[in-house]
Amino acid sequence: MSFDARVPPGPIDRKWTLCKNDLKLVSPTNKRKYDIIVVGTGLAGASAAASLAELGYNVKAFCFQDSGRRAHSIAAQGGINAAKNYQNDGDSVGRLFYDTIKGGDFRARESNVYRLAEVSASIIDQCVAQGVPFAREYGGTLANRTFGGVLVSRTFYARGQTGQQLLLGAYSSMARQIKKGKIKMYPRQEMLDLVVIDGVARGIITRDLVNGELQKHEGHAVLLCTGGYSNVFYLSTNAKGCNTTAIWRAYKRGAYFANPCFTQIHPTSIPVHGDYQSKLTLMSESLRNDGRVWVPKKKQDTRPAHAIPVEERDYYLERKYPTYGNMVPRDVASRNAKIVCDEGYGVGPTGQAVYLDFEDAIKRDGKEVIRQKYGNLFHMYEKITGENPYRAPMKIFPAPHYTMGGLWVDYHLESNLPGLFVLGEANFSDHGANRLGASALMQGLADGYFVIPYTLGNHLATAKLDKVTTHHPAFEEALNAVRGTIDRLLRINGTRSVESYHRELGRIMWNHCGMSRSESGLKDAIEKIRALREDFWKNVKVLGSHAEFNQDLERAGRLADFFELGELMCRDALDRKESCGGHFREESQTEENEAKRDDANYCYVSAWEYQGDNQVPKLHKEALNFEAVHLTQRSYK
Amino acid sequence: MTSKTLNLTLKVWRQKDARAKGKLVSYPIKGISTDASFLEMLDVLNEDLVQKGEDPIAFDHDCREGICGMCSLMIDGQAHGPDRETTTCQLHMRRFKDGQTIVIEPWRARAFPVIRDLVVDRMAFDRIIEAGGYTSVNVGNAQDGNCILIPKEKADRAMDAASCIGCGACVASCKNASAMLFTAAKISQLAELPQGEAEKHRRVLAMVAQMDAEGFGGCTNTYECEAACPAGISVDTIAQMNREYLGASLSDREEKELAGSG
Repeated sequence: MSFDARVPPGPIDRKWTLCKNDLKLVSPTNKRKYDIIVVGTGLAGASAAASLAELGYNVKAFCFQDSGRRAHSIAAQGGINAAKNYQNDGDSVGRLFYDTIKGGDFRARESNVYRLAEVSASIIDQCVAQGVPFAREYGGTLANRTFGGVLVSRTFYARGQTGQQLLLGAYSSMARQIKKGKIKMYPRQEMLDLVVIDGVARGIITRDLVNGELQKHEGHAVLLCTGGYSNVFYLSTNAKGCNTTAIWRAYKRGAYFANPCFTQIHPTSIPVHGDYQSKLTLMSESLRNDGRVWVPKKKQDTRPAHAIPVEERDYYLERKYPTYGNMVPRDVASRNAKIVCDEGYGVGPTGQAVYLDFEDAIKRDGKEVIRQKYGNLFHMYEKITGENPYRAPMKIFPAPHYTMGGLWVDYHLESNLPGLFVLGEANFSDHGANRLGASALMQGLADGYFVIPYTLGNHLATAKLDKVTTHHPAFEEALNAVRGTIDRLLRINGTRSVESYHRELGRIMWNHCGMSRSESGLKDAIEKIRALREDFWKNVKVLGSHAEFNQDLERAGRLADFFELGELMCRDALDRKESCGGHFREESQTEENEAKRDDANYCYVSAWEYQGDNQVPKLHKEALNFEAVHLTQRSYK
Repeated sequence: MTSKTLNLTLKVWRQKDARAKGKLVSYPIKGISTDASFLEMLDVLNEDLVQKGEDPIAFDHDCREGICGMCSLMIDGQAHGPDRETTTCQLHMRRFKDGQTIVIEPWRARAFPVIRDLVVDRMAFDRIIEAGGYTSVNVGNAQDGNCILIPKEKADRAMDAASCIGCGACVASCKNASAMLFTAAKISQLAELPQGEAEKHRRVLAMVAQMDAEGFGGCTNTYECEAACPAGISVDTIAQMNREYLGASLSDREEKELAGSG
């Protein structure tokens, strides 16, 4: 199977231009002869579906939610980066590129990241044209804010609802194409398998979530834009429906899964409060612009925050990282929160929290300015905790938030399976071992608006795509496999609920494959996951039938895939005996307990190939070659 | 976060599918933490039901942080429950009293048919947006974002209207099941912005026509929609939509007359 990243030759700032010059085009009259399947309607999927329909392709778009407007991109609060340099503060494409590749701890493919920075400015223009109400200055120009891990102001935002507004922009472009008949929208449909014919992705099997009907859909290409897999941890900031099923089933059909252990733990989530808890709520990282992180200097200090004098507070980020202070990248902020809590300095009823304090900012700027910047976040915090952050500091703790790993793709965003393209969080390509804030929205829209419209055409113009129909035996085989899995889940009729299994898997993953990993812990986790998975297939209780609206059945199917993914994540983490970005291996740290990367041995992308149930997957390595940047150890001191 | 526990009686609408006849079913539930969210309380009930071999209650939800617009429960006759500017998923049990009976129903509107239990079909909203809730600009057409200067006040007003999460609480709370607030929010957002100018007449006429075609009722100015809206959308948007509609109708007539005389 091919394993060529297809990075174009030439200097880094010319690669995308040269690549576009060489890409084959599909003539305008022929575009209408091609059917393109887009799974997922978040930023990547919606922008891809709209752009491709505008070009004239016939698009079929699928989402499991009841509307294309609800994908989890909607929850991104803080903003979207773009190298506009509107602030005249020294930003440039080169600097955005460098910040992103450095932020990712040099584990991303240089050429993809450069392209991302290159198209970033056009994204803002496109969104403005759609009517996205970005924040503006009094003079009418676009406003910017700064974000963790960088020293320039390049983040565009729409109050605390940037993801929502960008998604509604892309959704409205989709709506326009639905009206024109160029997109056929399939809401409340879940992809359950990929159909591969003669080595080329040619269709999908879906389940209509309303009546349970299994459907076969053929196309000339399949785009997976199905987001990340943080819900493997059960408690995460992801929406409840977010899952790995689409990309996992594609993996089982031969697509390589890259860097599965690269997950991001976000530093500013509202802490856990009870066993019944169903999700973690994120507070935007932009809060760190004005909030100061601290814990009491005394262990197990139970005094309320306001009763602890300043000299008895440890502003540990400012102390340890004087240059970046509270604005260190996410992995550094998260790990340090865990360290102080593990040492016994944590606050709140569980001791698993640190303070994020706005007292100084309110004194400096006034309550009104702070309210304008963060009003909705403060409101949300108060709703959930019953505490008023204008008066007492917020309590925060890290939470699984984003997965940098995903299906392996080349420079064209095509997986090793021809015809299968993977966009946005579902692929692995741009964020390396750690993603900088305000970069996820940028990547989703870059892939959908400005990359896939070019690279997909090349595939269609050059691949030999015989006509296939859904009567092809490969469709029957895939449909029967899906039906078999569903029937098996319903037949078990055991004693234990899907949710309880999911919670237990989440605890294993959080303890052993979360912020800090070790060889013994990972080996232990693999054993535990296997045992739990075996028990699941004997004892899970899924009620109802397949031919009805059955949310428990949906969840059971997704969890079955999370078990397998969880094991692969641990395997990947075990292989990578270095610390890098969000992946902290306890065996690999500096004398100051900072992450120690090992470029001599691990400067590669891990791409795992499925070998069958209960078989150890095969590891392929894509060497990362850096031509434009010099590898350095990250330092935010 | 001082947590207590509650014992409650829930009366929940159960309906097997769109065609089945539904009814309220009572469920006693014990030991619910006041820190739990309303949906987490339903999760607990569902786990109990599964253990007993009864079908769990179907309800829509996804982000559970108040932004996706998926959750949609009528709680004691109020869309999203008793708190202002709060979605069902952000409603917490500290809002309720020990021993209380809570009635939970789906959105009720002809244009939102029930799918199962508390889940309804809101695709009518998508079709209203499809009728014109966009600017017709293809990728690749856009000029530099700063070439369009938009005063902060206007950008803020557009953002106020754009905050709509499309949940349908406005329809559910209205005695006429009117979708005016939803439709007006999108029309106002684009009416505030220069980008929306080119298509403003076409947009308002098409979206209002689609709203009517879906079977939503008319507006009789009771403002229940505004009170129920979790995103704080103001009824001022409805006034703005009416102005836009009037302007568009007049100009539409003028254009037709001109076309007739020419």
